Amino acid sequence: MSGVTTAPLDGGVSGEKRADIKARTFRTDRWWIQPAIVVAALLAFIVYSTWRAFENAYYFSEPLISPFYSPCLATSCVSGSSSWTPFGSWWVLSPALLILIFPLGFRMTCYYYRKTYYRAFWLSPPACAVSEPHKKYTGETRAPLILQNSHRYFFIAGLVFNVILTYDVLIAFRNGEGEWGHMSVGTLILAANATFLWLYSASCHTCRHVMGGRLKNFSKHPVRYKAWTYVSKLNAHHPRFAWISLVGVALTDLYVREVAIGAIPNLYFF
Amino acid sequence: MAHEAKFRVWRGDAGEGALKDYSVDVNEGEVVLDVIQRIQATQASDLAVRWNCKAGKCGSCSAEVNGRPRLMCMTRMNTFADDEVITVTPLRAFPTIRDLVTDVSFNYEKAREVTAFTPPEGLKPGEYRMQQEDVARSQEFRKCIECFLCQNTCHAIRDHEDNMTSFAGPRVLMRVAELEMHPLDVADRKHEAQEVLGLGYCNITKCCTEVCPEHIKITDNALIPLKERVVDVKYDPITWLGRKIRVRSDKD
Repeated sequence: MSGVTTAPLDGGVSGEKRADIKARTFRTDRWWIQPAIVVAALLAFIVYSTWRAFENAYYFSEPLISPFYSPCLATSCVSGSSSWTPFGSWWVLSPALLILIFPLGFRMTCYYYRKTYYRAFWLSPPACAVSEPHKKYTGETRAPLILQNSHRYFFIAGLVFNVILTYDVLIAFRNGEGEWGHMSVGTLILAANATFLWLYSASCHTCRHVMGGRLKNFSKHPVRYKAWTYVSKLNAHHPRFAWISLVGVALTDLYVREVAIGAIPNLYFF
Repeated sequence: MAHEAKFRVWRGDAGEGALKDYSVDVNEGEVVLDVIQRIQATQASDLAVRWNCKAGKCGSCSAEVNGRPRLMCMTRMNTFADDEVITVTPLRAFPTIRDLVTDVSFNYEKAREVTAFTPPEGLKPGEYRMQQEDVARSQEFRKCIECFLCQNTCHAIRDHEDNMTSFAGPRVLMRVAELEMHPLDVADRKHEAQEVLGLGYCNITKCCTEVCPEHIKITDNALIPLKERVVDVKYDPITWLGRKIRVRSDKD
């Protein structure tokens, strides 16, 4: 798809005294590739994570637990995967459904993901200087998109999950019999997953604001200025961490699943 | 090496017009503005084009080259294939005056809606004192040359002319962010940004950043920080409570 794209959809660049041009865009590059890749990648993740969330099995193999099911908060959790079950036995659906709303909300309200899905899924706009197919646009001024302003609360929830997943890494320094002082490929995978999730959270725009971005006088807050400076450096890589951590969570879950099924062994270094 | 390039240039008055074809010589090292000026000099003496410095610093020669909002003086001809048809149109978000010249007064009208720098009461010019780290952040925004490519590309304006009454656009909101981050400014910028200048219309798709010829990180460094500050005062009950019980101040 190159060259002039005529306007098959509603909307477009129009106005009484604007240049009377019907083309949606004159861009000659393949501007549609990026949104197409984003749609494919996010759809693949949504399909995989939904299937795994409802599968309700193969998420624990001592000492590894899938990030989709950690923390496991219902009595129905696989034996050994949970030490605290506040939801008791009345929760009969998959325990993953109890917790996934938080990381999902964190990513849905993330400034970077907003850019990608507004562009790729809502075509608002599909690419820069390519007109969108909508007649009306109110942005994030009213419901439901005004709820994007809750990002900071999901950010805090994300930090709680990062702590829990880091704890999962620590208890993965055990063997299948629960003895400490062992390390397996699964330990490394859980550690890499937790590291990228921490980097994704630490590079978040809200984190940057909280650390010091909201201040008017950096000179009066030298420690927070330093913290803001570090987070600002990470923030430049936020999109990269967003994608790596997203793929990482899925691959970590897949690894635990394959080990739990018995398809692959969890090899131990020591 | 010189070659003949094929150009399609929008010609018209007050919105009505059409693309017109030109074949024109191009020499090594030239930019799109050179070629447009050659068309003007040799084939279309009535072709209207606004330009000034030819160095990417005045922001006058903004146009759309093959659909991409660019400064014509900073768009090198060797980035196109020799046989490529190069389409040059005026900025499509603004009313045309003639040919490639648009009326960008919308941007100045919106800029006038921003409350001017407001120092603390009693502090006179000449008495302003601040540290470099307090102003370093907003110095990036001072690089703006007001080419209005960001305003032209923002889909909230470009695709929805009706929003131009309620949304001021990225350049104006970046100015608000600059003042909001200023250590001596005491005006209420957050409510103004959201309620008067329409910050909520921004859905952070970053096209303003993509087209900025000064490479200002408009979205990451101005608009998102401004959105977060607006959340502090309008949408976050905990920061509201913090201000009420005086454990938090927005004057820090």
